[in-house]
Amino acid sequence: MKRAFPILAILTAGLLTYGLYGALIQAPTEQTMGDVQRIFYYHVPSAWTAFCLFFVNLVASIIYLVRRNPKADALALAAAEVGVVFCTVVLVTGPIWARPVWGIWWTWDLRLTLTLVLWLIYVSYLMLRRFSSSGQTPMMAAVLAVLGALDVPLVYFSIWFFRTQHPQPVIGGGGSIDPRMLHVLLMNWLAFMCLATLVCWSRYRLEILRRQVEETQALESLLAAGSSR
Amino acid sequence: MSSPPGVTRATLVKDLRLEWRSKDAINSMLFFALLVVVIFSFSFDPTAEESRRIAGGLVWVAFLFAAVVALNQTWARELRNQVLDAYRVSPAPASSLFLAKVLGNFIFVSVLQALMTPLFVVFYNLRAIGPAYQLLFVAVLGAWALVVNGTFFAAMSVRTRSREIMLPLLLFPITIPALLAMVEATSSILTGEFSAKFWIVLLAVYDVVFTTGCLLFFEIVLHGE
Repeated sequence: MKRAFPILAILTAGLLTYGLYGALIQAPTEQTMGDVQRIFYYHVPSAWTAFCLFFVNLVASIIYLVRRNPKADALALAAAEVGVVFCTVVLVTGPIWARPVWGIWWTWDLRLTLTLVLWLIYVSYLMLRRFSSSGQTPMMAAVLAVLGALDVPLVYFSIWFFRTQHPQPVIGGGGSIDPRMLHVLLMNWLAFMCLATLVCWSRYRLEILRRQVEETQALESLLAAGSSR
Repeated sequence: MSSPPGVTRATLVKDLRLEWRSKDAINSMLFFALLVVVIFSFSFDPTAEESRRIAGGLVWVAFLFAAVVALNQTWARELRNQVLDAYRVSPAPASSLFLAKVLGNFIFVSVLQALMTPLFVVFYNLRAIGPAYQLLFVAVLGAWALVVNGTFFAAMSVRTRSREIMLPLLLFPITIPALLAMVEATSSILTGEFSAKFWIVLLAVYDVVFTTGCLLFFEIVLHGE
């Protein structure tokens, strides 16, 4: 398993380079929006990657609640942290694109609001983990993750109705996408997924190591206290 | 006594008696909400037409913040004299304890709503153009949504290092759909422009989903393993 890590790292670096080349040079310039549209190759793959990671977090949290496996908890933590980073990329690149194209930085559109609420829920998840240092943290965090997942359909319906009452924002409707653009988009998504796996993996290993160190230190101080008596 | 309804009733009566004697939660909530009303009122100084549109948001933000003040005390009160540990070792089902706490907080928030609504009407010159009786459903379902999640997350935040700060950080993101529903329903009824039915149904669904979820998970949160 450990040998796969550098291989994945090299693969990710290659894919990211190729993805950058594709996004900046290979993909044709969009007719109406111009070069600013190229942010799309980072924005959309980041969003898909973030949603995948939040899904991994949910599954790991459920596994933790059922099996009480500390490894599932470490995976949930790693996925949530990396997911929040990718979600932040989405929320930052979105307005940069929206300002020249829509003329506004932000609108309370369905997808925008849903992404923002998900980001808020997962930031509160990380805050809970940060502020709670007891042995109950993993269990509370897992419960919060499941409740957060229950919240998502409710957020979806509330924003959907909220927005159908009001004028729709200008979104570049359905339409077809140039196959070259789609190719670059999917290539970038693959690269981002590899990167996310890589970062999650190292974060996961770090978390496991950190816990082992903590356990060893606690054991050592117990032994020292026992021998000095 | 040890039956689930008995545990619920005993805990509820104990909490209400404690509150009746000290009046800690209700006083701090009321004064806090009053401050919010006054500050909003003179910082916006709205006309009757404007206030009808923004009142839904103001009312619920005031209730939300005031409820947090009371919710924080729900479990913090049980930390003294290790009452919470006593609950943990007792054979009483955790869900009936949770239900008692939710009912107690629901009563506090309802009293708050009953006392604060006249003040809102006075300060903002409110008069509902839509069907006013629907406001009652919104008030009950909205208070329940705040209280059910709030009591649950207060039990979590009491375990963390900075207790009082942690509750709103956990509660607000999850409550966003319920809060949107309360605010939009209240505004729709006050302005009479839209039907509030969808929002009331959404609020009811939210209440059912989260009451079930919280009752199921409370055992895990209380015992912590």
